[in-house]
Amino acid sequence: MSHVLDEIELEGIELDLFVEAMRRRHGYDFSQYAPASLLRRARLLAERHGGGSISALIHRMLHEPELLPQLLEGLSVPASDMFRDPSVFHALREQVLPMLASHPQINIWQAGCAHGEEVYSLAILLEEAGLYERSQIFATDLSTRALERAHEGIYPLRSAQQWSRNYVAAGGLHSFSNYCSARYGLLKLDRRLRRNVTFAQHNLTADEMFCEAQLVLCRNVLIYFTNPLQQRCLALFRDSLVRDGFLCLGLRERPGAAAAEADFAPVDANLRIYRRGAAMSGRRL
Amino acid sequence: MAAIVLGGSAGGTEALKAVLGGLDPRLPQAVLVCCHTGSETVELLCEMLGHVSQLPVIEAGEREPVRGGVVQVAPAGYHLLVERDFHFTLSADPRVNLSRPSIDVLFASAAAAWRNALIGVVLSGANADGAEGMWELRRLGGCAIVQSPDSALARVMPQAAIDRAGADHCVPLDAIAPLLNRLCLP
Repeated sequence: MSHVLDEIELEGIELDLFVEAMRRRHGYDFSQYAPASLLRRARLLAERHGGGSISALIHRMLHEPELLPQLLEGLSVPASDMFRDPSVFHALREQVLPMLASHPQINIWQAGCAHGEEVYSLAILLEEAGLYERSQIFATDLSTRALERAHEGIYPLRSAQQWSRNYVAAGGLHSFSNYCSARYGLLKLDRRLRRNVTFAQHNLTADEMFCEAQLVLCRNVLIYFTNPLQQRCLALFRDSLVRDGFLCLGLRERPGAAAAEADFAPVDANLRIYRRGAAMSGRRL
Repeated sequence: MAAIVLGGSAGGTEALKAVLGGLDPRLPQAVLVCCHTGSETVELLCEMLGHVSQLPVIEAGEREPVRGGVVQVAPAGYHLLVERDFHFTLSADPRVNLSRPSIDVLFASAAAAWRNALIGVVLSGANADGAEGMWELRRLGGCAIVQSPDSALARVMPQAAIDRAGADHCVPLDAIAPLLNRLCLP
């Protein structure tokens, strides 16, 4: 066996050790994350907390447990935009919400909510559809720091123009500025928008279902996972959904065969909106 | 398998047309493209490039295998990365150099996957995306081609690549395709 390993191979070992150390020290399993994007995030964390070395980052992770929230933040879903991909929110408004309106109580699970941009987008949609009073949004993320940010609902003001355009393109009935105030270079969303939102930590690699939902949104999260973990998530979403419940994924996600296997039929395949089939009942826990 | 990665921004579409239009259809390499277009999709870009290229041009799909002899374009709004097993991974991580997809991100992951079996090409553009990626690519043994800044509609990007990483070839736009054909075909 050759003893000459080049730095790419060494870095591969470091990444494996990092994953192993995260699992054994903190109980978080990243072994089913797509390696290329995981390595990129580990490198960024190593630059910030390990002087550029993943080995040094591992040392700090092991000996400084207070670093964990920052590590989880660096390894979890990145921030989004309000009404990102307006056509999707338009379709939710036009096609999905009218179907949900028949339910006396509407539960929505947004898995991987990051800083909450899409949570508040949903809340606005529900508000404008007159459904918010009987809706409950469960917004979950792996990162507690992200959840704190999401709960605050404060964003850089520079996002406002784009978000306002997105809101209009998504079919917004009023003006985006009705829902926020601008001060000191920051955009603060109306706190009333979160009156029916519950923010909670949930780990898609390990945790089970926790609600019965009419709609699950999980956008641009599965792209970070390998196939087995994607399948786990799709099964989890199916089991969390009522019959005929809706699933909305990211625009470039390709759940393909795995989604069909998990009993999802496309409502609008281009927009990655699916519906749980009626044929199969959910797994009983 | 080996690959060519191309990056461009302002003036990049025109430059890509010139390069892809001149590529030999027998090329066995995978051709990966990252171009900042500012559009919401790359559908039009693929169509436009498909008209001039003799190789098929498609959008790179999440966890699809990288295909030789095919031009695969990074989707709008996502970083495109290549796994070590030569499948694509997408990422919605924050912009790099104000760009998503970022040329740096594509080049760095491709460099780790292909090492010295990779050719990187930096074309016209008005920001410095691609310079770090080109540096990484050369560090891992890849071959760097830069469009000569004088032949670029926007010279900032090729100049930044040269300043940061140097280049194995710095040639005018119309010389890039013949050079690639020479380097890639036996």
